[in-house]
Amino acid sequence: MIASSYALPSICVFVAAAILILTGAIGVITLKNPVHAALSLIMTLFGVAVAFIAQQADFLAAVQIIVYAGAIVVLFLFVIMFLGVDRREGVEVQPLVGQKGLALLGVVLTIGGLVAVMARSNWVSGIPSLSGSHLANGAHNVKQLGTSVFTTYLFAFEATAALLIIAVVGAVLLARRERVVEESA
Amino acid sequence: MNVPAAWYLVLAAVLFGIGAYGLVTRRSALVMLMCLELMLNAVNLTFVTFSRTLSDIGGQASVFFVMVVAAAEVTVGLGIVVAIFRRRSTTSVDELSEMRG
Repeated sequence: MIASSYALPSICVFVAAAILILTGAIGVITLKNPVHAALSLIMTLFGVAVAFIAQQADFLAAVQIIVYAGAIVVLFLFVIMFLGVDRREGVEVQPLVGQKGLALLGVVLTIGGLVAVMARSNWVSGIPSLSGSHLANGAHNVKQLGTSVFTTYLFAFEATAALLIIAVVGAVLLARRERVVEESA
Repeated sequence: MNVPAAWYLVLAAVLFGIGAYGLVTRRSALVMLMCLELMLNAVNLTFVTFSRTLSDIGGQASVFFVMVVAAAEVTVGLGIVVAIFRRRSTTSVDELSEMRG
C-alpha cells in the first residue's frame, strides 16, 4: 500500500537518511571516545543533508555539509585534540540514582507528545497543495532563499552579523591565556 | 510523489529525543555540546519539512539563521570549555560544583 502511493526512490532516500541520522545519533550518545562521537556526529549531519536535498532545500544541504561537517565538527575535533581529552569517559557511572531511567522516561514522553500532536493535525497528512510547490529547485533555490533573507528577514540577517562578531570576540577573550604582567611602576 | 511530511517529522522527533537523552546522561561538556547539535539539527529538519509542506521559503530562511546561531553557540561554548579545562584540567560537568547551593 505504501509502495503504491509513494514513489519508491523517495522512500529509499528517506530510509537511507533515517539510517544515517539514527545510527550517527546513537553513536554520539553511546561511544565513549569523544573523537568517535564527533565522527558519528558527521554521519548524522550528512544524513540530515540528504533529508534536506530530498525536501528541495538544496542550498541548505550544501551549507549543512560545509558549515556543520566542515567547520563545527572540525572545531570540536580541534578542541578535543587540543585539550587531550580523547580518552575514554566512564559512561556507566551514574552520579544520580536512576538518572538514565528518568532520562529515558522523559525522552519517551517528549517523543510521544510530539508524535501525538502530529497525529492529531491535518497538515502532515502528506497531501501536497494542488497548485504545486512554490519552492524552486537547484540554483533557483539559492535565489529564492537569498531574496527572502535579504528582504523579509533583513533585520534578522543584520542581527546575525552582530551576533557573530560578539561570538568571535567572546571566544577570543575566553580562550586567551591570561598573562601575568610585571608592573614596572 | 514524495514521502509524507509526517515521516520526516517523526524522524526529527526521534533525533531530538536522542539528543536530549544524551544531553542529560553524558557528563563530558564536549559531548553535551554535540548532543545540543543533534537537537538543533532535529529542529532544522522540522523547519525544512514544514517549508516543503507549506511551500514557504520562510522555513528554510529560519534554518539558515539557526545554523548561524549554532555556529556562534559552538564557538563560545568551546571557548568556555577550553577556559574551564585550563583551570580545572577536566571537561566533566560533575566536577564543576562550586556553585552548588
